[in-house]
Amino acid sequence: MSSTTERPDRGSQTEAPAVPPAPSRLKDVLRQLIATRRVIIGFAMLAGLALLAFLGPVISPWGITERDYLATLDGPSPEHWFGTNRTGQDIFTQSAAGLQKSLLIGLLVAMISTAVAALVGAFAGYFGGLTDRALMWVADLALVLPSFVILAILSKHFMGASGWLILVVLLAGLSWMVTSKMVRGMTISLREREYIHAARFMGVPPRKIILRHILPNMSSLLIADATIMVSTAIIGETALSYFGLGVQPPDITLGIVIADGANFATTAPWMFLFPTALLVLLVLAVNMIGDGLRDALDPTSKSRRS
Amino acid sequence: MGKFLARRLLNYVVLIFLATSFAYVLAATNLAPRDYFEQMQPPPDPELVNAQLDRLNLNDQTPLAERYVTWMGGALTGDFGQTIQGGSVTDQMLMKAGVTLRLIVVATLIGSFMGIAIGAYAAIRQYRAFDKAATGASFFVLSIPTVVIAIVIQVGAAAFNDFIGFQFFRYSGEYTAGIQGEWWELLINRVYHAILPTLVLALALFAAFARYQRNMMLDVLGSDFVRTAMAKGLTRRKALFKHALRTAMIPTITYFTFTFGMLVSGATFTEKIYAWHGMGAWLIDSIARQDVHVVAAVSWFMAVTIMLASFLSDILYAWLDPRVRV
Repeated sequence: MSSTTERPDRGSQTEAPAVPPAPSRLKDVLRQLIATRRVIIGFAMLAGLALLAFLGPVISPWGITERDYLATLDGPSPEHWFGTNRTGQDIFTQSAAGLQKSLLIGLLVAMISTAVAALVGAFAGYFGGLTDRALMWVADLALVLPSFVILAILSKHFMGASGWLILVVLLAGLSWMVTSKMVRGMTISLREREYIHAARFMGVPPRKIILRHILPNMSSLLIADATIMVSTAIIGETALSYFGLGVQPPDITLGIVIADGANFATTAPWMFLFPTALLVLLVLAVNMIGDGLRDALDPTSKSRRS
Repeated sequence: MGKFLARRLLNYVVLIFLATSFAYVLAATNLAPRDYFEQMQPPPDPELVNAQLDRLNLNDQTPLAERYVTWMGGALTGDFGQTIQGGSVTDQMLMKAGVTLRLIVVATLIGSFMGIAIGAYAAIRQYRAFDKAATGASFFVLSIPTVVIAIVIQVGAAAFNDFIGFQFFRYSGEYTAGIQGEWWELLINRVYHAILPTLVLALALFAAFARYQRNMMLDVLGSDFVRTAMAKGLTRRKALFKHALRTAMIPTITYFTFTFGMLVSGATFTEKIYAWHGMGAWLIDSIARQDVHVVAAVSWFMAVTIMLASFLSDILYAWLDPRVRV
């Protein structure tokens, strides 16, 4: 009884000195991020690409599937900024729309798979024993088959208006394993810290300990990892779409535009060059941000920058 | 150590069995062999289609469990059923597996060796020109999907051939169609065709390894035992090789297991783009043909290669890290 009345008092006492460092940590990280040129360049590139992806289809005078029969397989011109393909479709509009979808897929997959990885890894690491074995065994099993095979078999489900969302869920469902193993390792070491013990002895349920104490403690790592996951997802989706096993028309992603252009790479280079350049820039920007974030957020990876 | 490896091996066998079963069930429920026959011109008699499907053990009217038991029973004795055109899957797989293994093994050897060597050297020369160039290059390559690397190299080779006026690079097929000659001429021809696809795969792998190895090496270089090794009179070269590199390679070995799945996928794309008749290209074609047995067999093959890579990395791990050898 007495402990419950004392708790708020004690809480404020221990919290009081802990408050000042928190904002300074944030400021510290921010200062470092601004000082890291890669992150700034990456963000600038990403902002530019996002602008292009969401404004491009709007400002372009052409529709995504609209055909200009007077200009088939034409090079870049004032009318068609990136040129046209064999059926007279505007490459700029297609690339911008494809970029938009690729970007969305990347972000969604990264969010879902990082959430799954964090939960699975933290639960496995915190509970240990049978839970740990079962979850890690599932992760091992999911690592045995290349995700590409499973996605390719299931590709017929990607048709229709919400088909790309199914692809997102599957991509996420097949890419959480490696991160979850890392999270598990960190959880095992965090589990023995005093504040976790304290929370446990105070009777906080394990679910709450994991969500409120363990996962926030590795948030920096999770953020950096999620960023890398964005680029992995975009690359994976491109490869699938290239073989016609990813997002299905009328939806369009960069992979589809690139696949269209690849056959004309020598005769009509603009069909291949522009979407590919956009894709590489996108992945490069995301990787630069992720890499810089990791350096800024993870104190153990200092001095690795170059 | 024997016990450790035996336990891992048993675990792998179980995982391969489950992965193959999973792939079979997934393929059997999601591919439609019936459509393959029904869309033939002229449309065959439904009775005939049924009989053909029954003969191939692909009839969707037979319960899935029954089809699975029949197929798995065969697969356990080395018979992976028939392709949708009636050929033996096992026979074709033996031919195609060699193509894929050749590509993967050579690319892995070149890519990982170059990656580890350059990554480790870059760490030793941290912040010098070599380090900056290597880190920048690997960062850039990591941002390009394997598919795009494959196409760009192919297009580049074609443009180069056009420019110099004769076929200097070969970028299509495993060998020149209809070539005849002595065995060494055939070998040279095949090696010549293998250069570009292997390069594509090795390049992606090299970038991943160089980056990872550099980070691991930097961690180790600052540690006490390397300083001790040098302090006790070892030459710098010996300290770096025997102590630093050896320790820094342990996490890289684990990393190798994770990247191998990506490498197998990358091999699929490369085979398809360079018109090699390997397992990956077979898989993509078979999905279009609704060929359940081939898809399951290729999945089995991929699971086996990935597990073999894991097993190999277990052995390397045990060799590098004496602590697991108990």
